[in-house]
Amino acid sequence: MPKDGGIGASTKRREDIRFLTGNGNYTDDINLRGQAYVHFLRSDVAHGRLNKVDTSAAEAMPGVLRIFTGADFENVGGLPCGWQVTDRFGEVMQEPGHPVLARGKVRHVGDPIAAVVAETYAQARDAAEAIVLDIEELPAVVDMKKALEEDAPLVHDDLKSNLCYDWGFVEENKAAVNEAFEKAAHVTTLELINNRLVANPMEPRVAVGDFNRSTGDHTLYTTSQNPHVIRLLMGAFVLGIPEHKLRVVAPDVGGGFGSKIFHYAEEAFCTFAAKALNRPVKWTCSRSEAFMTDAHGRDHVTKIELALDAENNFTAIRTDTYANMGAYLSTFAPSVPTWLHGTLMAGNYRTPLIYVNVKAVFTNTVPVDAYRGAGRPEATFQLERVIDKAARELGVDPIALRRQNFITEFPYATPVAVEYDTGDYHATMDKLEEIADFKGFEARRKASAAKGKLRGLGINCYIEACGIAPSNLVGQLGARAGLYESATVRVNATGGLVVMTGSHSHGQGHETSFAQVVAEMIGIDANMIEIVHGDTANTPMGMGTYGSRSIAVGGSAMVRATEKIINKAKKIAAHLMEASEVDIELKDGRFSVAGTDKSVAWGDVTLAAYVPHNYPLADIEPGLEETAFYDPSNFTYPSGAYACEVELDPDTGKVTIERFSAADDFGNIINPMIVSGQVHGGIGQGIGQALLESCVYDENGQLQTGSYMDYAMPRADDVPFYQVDHSCQTPCTHNPLGVKGCGEAGAIGSPPAVVNAVIDALQRSGRNITHIDMPLSPSRVWQAMQG
Amino acid sequence: MYAFDIERPATIADAIAALGTEEAQALGGGQTLIPTLKQRLASPAKLVCLSAIKEMQGICTADDGALCIGGGTTHAAVAAGAGAYPALAALAAHIGDPAVRNRGTIGGSLANNDPSACYPAAVLGSGATVITSNRSIAADDYFQGMFTTALEDGEIITEVRFPVPEKASYQKFEQPASRFALVGVFVAKYAGSVRVAVTGASEEGVFRWAEAEAALSGNFAPEALEGLSLSGDGMISDLHGSGAYRAHLVGVMARRAVAAAH
Amino acid sequence: MPEVKMTVNGKPASGQIEGRTLLVEFLRETLGLTGTHVGCDTSQCGACVVHVDGKAVKSCTMFAAEAEGAEIKTIEGMAEPDGTLHPIQQAFQDHHGLQCGFCTPGMVMSASALLAENPTPTEAEVRDYLEGNLCRCTGYHNIVKAILAASGQDVSRIAAE
Repeated sequence: MPKDGGIGASTKRREDIRFLTGNGNYTDDINLRGQAYVHFLRSDVAHGRLNKVDTSAAEAMPGVLRIFTGADFENVGGLPCGWQVTDRFGEVMQEPGHPVLARGKVRHVGDPIAAVVAETYAQARDAAEAIVLDIEELPAVVDMKKALEEDAPLVHDDLKSNLCYDWGFVEENKAAVNEAFEKAAHVTTLELINNRLVANPMEPRVAVGDFNRSTGDHTLYTTSQNPHVIRLLMGAFVLGIPEHKLRVVAPDVGGGFGSKIFHYAEEAFCTFAAKALNRPVKWTCSRSEAFMTDAHGRDHVTKIELALDAENNFTAIRTDTYANMGAYLSTFAPSVPTWLHGTLMAGNYRTPLIYVNVKAVFTNTVPVDAYRGAGRPEATFQLERVIDKAARELGVDPIALRRQNFITEFPYATPVAVEYDTGDYHATMDKLEEIADFKGFEARRKASAAKGKLRGLGINCYIEACGIAPSNLVGQLGARAGLYESATVRVNATGGLVVMTGSHSHGQGHETSFAQVVAEMIGIDANMIEIVHGDTANTPMGMGTYGSRSIAVGGSAMVRATEKIINKAKKIAAHLMEASEVDIELKDGRFSVAGTDKSVAWGDVTLAAYVPHNYPLADIEPGLEETAFYDPSNFTYPSGAYACEVELDPDTGKVTIERFSAADDFGNIINPMIVSGQVHGGIGQGIGQALLESCVYDENGQLQTGSYMDYAMPRADDVPFYQVDHSCQTPCTHNPLGVKGCGEAGAIGSPPAVVNAVIDALQRSGRNITHIDMPLSPSRVWQAMQG
Repeated sequence: MYAFDIERPATIADAIAALGTEEAQALGGGQTLIPTLKQRLASPAKLVCLSAIKEMQGICTADDGALCIGGGTTHAAVAAGAGAYPALAALAAHIGDPAVRNRGTIGGSLANNDPSACYPAAVLGSGATVITSNRSIAADDYFQGMFTTALEDGEIITEVRFPVPEKASYQKFEQPASRFALVGVFVAKYAGSVRVAVTGASEEGVFRWAEAEAALSGNFAPEALEGLSLSGDGMISDLHGSGAYRAHLVGVMARRAVAAAH
Repeated sequence: MPEVKMTVNGKPASGQIEGRTLLVEFLRETLGLTGTHVGCDTSQCGACVVHVDGKAVKSCTMFAAEAEGAEIKTIEGMAEPDGTLHPIQQAFQDHHGLQCGFCTPGMVMSASALLAENPTPTEAEVRDYLEGNLCRCTGYHNIVKAILAASGQDVSRIAAE
């Protein structure tokens, strides 16, 4: 049994108390003295030439302080893209500008045209209606394939086409892959759409800009997963504010799921306007506004082919994907369909030859970027769907076909450029068979049939690459940032300590689980440890939280910094006990001299560090504070096997999830309760993608799903209790905690299980339906059943 | 929202007086109107809030056995208090969510006549009478197409009188996002007649399905509806379902309602 | 501007409002009770649920003027004055029924209304009652479990951790 508060314990979350009592401090809870409010006037057409923006009447409206338009931002930079992809011909991607406020053209519904700052939010909104716009509407491009046609309207007039890049991976393998398909005994082909989603953290985005004219200091409070990244991008590329004069604070943040990674125009605007007006400026996004401004996710159109030999071994995979970028390149958009997608195409299988082609396309829609899983759900979905289809075509058991092709020896270098360090895919599948009760399925199917319902069972595996990422590697791949993480451990004189981490918690429970790690290492009570995050003023430069990286990368940095603390503390302890440093042992918060009964407490050493009366001042400095930056040497590779059982009402097409089971391998686990919670949440979102959610534009680029009235969010009665297990643990070999990360697994692993289950139910009822595109809404399922 | 004044009269008479001024609008529970105001799709100069009018709240039984529900009665109150008409209580218990049911009112829902709302199906399916501040309107005359009713400006629904059927049931198939009725069918069997009202499906709003009523009048059983079908023409078609799908669902929900009627 | 008076968490509260001032705006901005959140503008997410005269109400879909004379209870009024958590709050912590915390105040207030109406709900009744409360973090698993636990029911057999 792990000690409460140590590694492996399901310690209750300390952050819960403030959230449960209404004492959280979210960005919208921050109100600064003298604060003004901004409302953005946004384009209601998808594509248009902005001939004139007449603000004169609006400026005379009550309470209006100033109205800003694109012209006010001519001397500042645009919103930068943080990743440059090189295409299969060796050319860099087409990279359009992204102004803070639209200039010349509007390119999607929601593109900001003017910003009205007023004494109250209502006054700002009232005045915005008095702005007179002259917009010449242009034909919109929405469909990606049409956007690439010769005569398609250009989203950006200064680009030669709407193609951002045409990426091939691994280009050198293309011929060999094609040859393998020619020799294949069987080829299974599947065309599918990975539906466009909206992340929808329950807290909408908020930004409050502040400026101190007497010091020249800027502060931005924002709903971000990575305040240092915002400081770097906004300071260096948009507004030209040096980092020492710019503080970015991301306080309590109400969920992110990727959508709060990116630097958004409203953050730059509030920072800029606060200086221009010498007043704090606040923007609170409404949910309706969020639908047309938060970066969307997914939106891939894919054809995947799987080649098998006569013994049903996978011999090659070939994929052809169109990936929607939207109207502008969001911060990490280019990386999602490429390096976060193509590299995962081997999945859990020994497929020797793989070729992935991705065409990234500009359209008159909201920018698309990372959403929980980011590229990996898209890879997993197509792979696990095509394998299921192949099993059906070949008349073999889908589990047996997967098992036959599992990678079993590690480390394993895939043909798509990554090396899996550890894993045991048979073990997670064994565990899944146990917890999902496959043996009982037939009886449950009969019970469903007795009620006139169809029942189906779907399974799939997944692999993901987390812990992004080795900086030197991602640099070669086009990242314009390093992807290390940082931690400073500051020990106080009386023995308590503060960990200042560059990771950011917006629901993941870092304040609890990070403290558990340090408590375990030193052997002190976790309550003596405070975790500080989210403020560039008091945390070391860090890259933030996304890609299931916090414990694997941020946790490793914290371990390294704590190791430095322990090493120094041992020197002090050795001095206090007049012993040799090499003989000092730390256990349960006490330093002892090996082989003797001499010991000093943790608190004696920390006190000595700050009251260095009896101290080796000639050898070491007073104080006990250390910083570490950790740059991982590889990604981590969580994996697992998921099963879903559905019931389908053939009269209405409605699918209900009856059982959902997940067997994951996350390596070592810090807090099992938190890990399970992460998996539950991911599964909930995955079920949402599979059955409910879809962001839809009409052919004119009007958003059809602009609120919860039309965008179907999963509710409590859409999902069952989930059976999750993470007892299969193959520790990561290259980070100090042996951890892999668990934040995205549920969202990656669950959509194919759901769809496989629905197809299974339909097939068992004698209907030859091989695929239905997500979401499998009642109307779509019913339509498919009509033949 | 645009700016407006708000009044909170305590009597029907005061409410009517308040509604007599220009650009005044009645506010029932606000569960539809307030989101509409937030989108700036309405701009009343004055809202006359009906929630403080006690004489418009509550449930009672009239001498002829009809169940009388005050126009300002919340869905939650109907769910809890309309035990004499179980199908109606059940319908009210599944409108929106619990918090919405604690504010939304029957009068507000009927005045709005959303084509996907539940109450219009109950009122039309029961042949109920809508009592307003100045007259009585038969259900068959009240509903005049989506978001359109027989109500005049300044007229408010003070009560709805439901003849209680021998048996009845409302079956709703929910739109996955809004949870409004994608299709809802209310079936009520009275001595000598059957009424079938359909909400959510038609571009014309709630309607009676005459063929089903005729078939069920002879034989009140799900089998009586076999072979009957509606055309998808004129049915709402949107991203949640085609007209053909809605037409199909009307049949499914109607059969289920007959089977469940009690 | 007219003045509105009500009782909030047992204490008298009043302030100037406009006709269009929503109850949630009055609570958050006038009274500084920022525990009640706004997560949507179509009355669906439930982050703003408070109790008005003992009933769960979406405070973003009610005008402050309509709360004249009412007894309002918000998340800030749930724990004991000494900080002891309400049993529902405690169950949410015990069973990890929250992650980012943004939907949590509304969830707790809805759960409290549910248990007042139905002291030992079934799993299905809990899920049904939460139709108007969206959570994006938990997949609802631990929220439903916490509410069942708060009702005094044994949840040890529900898929653990």
